[in-house]
Amino acid sequence: MAARHRYPAEVSEAIAIVSLSGVAVRAGAVPILRDVNLSVHPGEVVGIFGANGAGKTTLLRLVATMTRPSEGSGTVFGTDMNSPDRFEVRSRIGYIGHTPGWYPELTLAENMAFVAAAMGIDAAKVGSCLDAVGLAGAKDRRADRCSHGMQRRAEFARVLLTEPDLLLLDEPHSALDADAVDLVDGLVKRTVERGGAAVLVSHDHARVESLAHRILRIKEGTIT
Amino acid sequence: MSPTFLSQAMTVARRDVLRERRSGEVLWVTLPFGAVALLLIPIAISTDTLTLRRVGVGMFWVVVMLFGVLIAVRRTTADSTAQRDMVALTGMDPAAVFTGTALANFLLLLVFETVLGVLTVVLYDIDLSGAQWFPLILVLVAVGLALLGTIAAGIVATGRSTAALVPLIVAPMSVPLLIAATQSFEGLRLGKSILTWILMLAVIALVLAVAGVLSARPLQETG
Repeated sequence: MAARHRYPAEVSEAIAIVSLSGVAVRAGAVPILRDVNLSVHPGEVVGIFGANGAGKTTLLRLVATMTRPSEGSGTVFGTDMNSPDRFEVRSRIGYIGHTPGWYPELTLAENMAFVAAAMGIDAAKVGSCLDAVGLAGAKDRRADRCSHGMQRRAEFARVLLTEPDLLLLDEPHSALDADAVDLVDGLVKRTVERGGAAVLVSHDHARVESLAHRILRIKEGTIT
Repeated sequence: MSPTFLSQAMTVARRDVLRERRSGEVLWVTLPFGAVALLLIPIAISTDTLTLRRVGVGMFWVVVMLFGVLIAVRRTTADSTAQRDMVALTGMDPAAVFTGTALANFLLLLVFETVLGVLTVVLYDIDLSGAQWFPLILVLVAVGLALLGTIAAGIVATGRSTAALVPLIVAPMSVPLLIAATQSFEGLRLGKSILTWILMLAVIALVLAVAGVLSARPLQETG
């Protein structure tokens, strides 16, 4: 299953943050994921490669508890993925998907302040997090007046704000300038150093290979 | 520190009110349409004062119901998957999200009802007997309609129904609201007690609130 292992010995001994066993996901009758077995441990970075439509995004959404397994079982931070209480672990997950989810009518700072208030985080951190991703001058700009790249950067600021224990990144390096790519790598390293874990889905093999302890390949919904 | 249910609900309500202030969807789009509907009805029916006075209250409530549901439904159905994901990943209690959304909808509906109410009084020469009861009736209907629209929007947001089904979901459930609202005003006009109708509006609001809070989590998790 794993293409290579180069993570520290203590990683494999730790209790898994994510544990999937025989998980399948179907959209109606169409299988998206089949018999997926996966464990992600604290301190680990897992890279996932696969062609378009292989099931990478569905796998990330599954791990984020945003998609439910059709078959099999899984836990995230020890909480069953089918449990009605699974929303409670989501505040420990940082998920960056293809499309930024900012409210277009609100400024970047207001969007971030909403997240902070929703999670009980001190709103005073919002400014410094936006500063850290190079958006100091765009704090008060409405999200719909920011470029896609700026909105992506703001998502990295959200990760700095919420400090998740599990970082899930879907094509994190796409459409980014060199500085922003470095930001992504910094976020991953920061999360892992805090004892968290990261899962990256990407077509940028070289980038991900430089970050990941383990590379998985997914083909037609199956991890090979 | 983990935020309380109430603080999460208030956070969502503040977000929705701020978004409305920026977009002006209710004030500059829906409200003028409602006002135009009230203006057009006399042209279609009759400009006779007695006829208008007779039908005015009923027309007001029909316009409030139809446009009010649009107000309550608009946000949730318009939000993208990414926006819903962002909210879900804050770990907020879905029931708190429902409560906050319904609260914001209530405030917007109250403004909508008040402006159209004043317009109806002017256009239709409405009898103002028992006017001291008007605010209570407007508040109770706004609460019921906000809850109803928020539940309908939640159902649509699961992706298992389309927005086109909203009228089918809302229509049967809005009938008791419409009857209680119109009968309250009719009772005031005739000088009768309206306590039964007020109680009915309160019970509808209570039932919808309980249904909304209890269904919030399953609805979010279905999406």
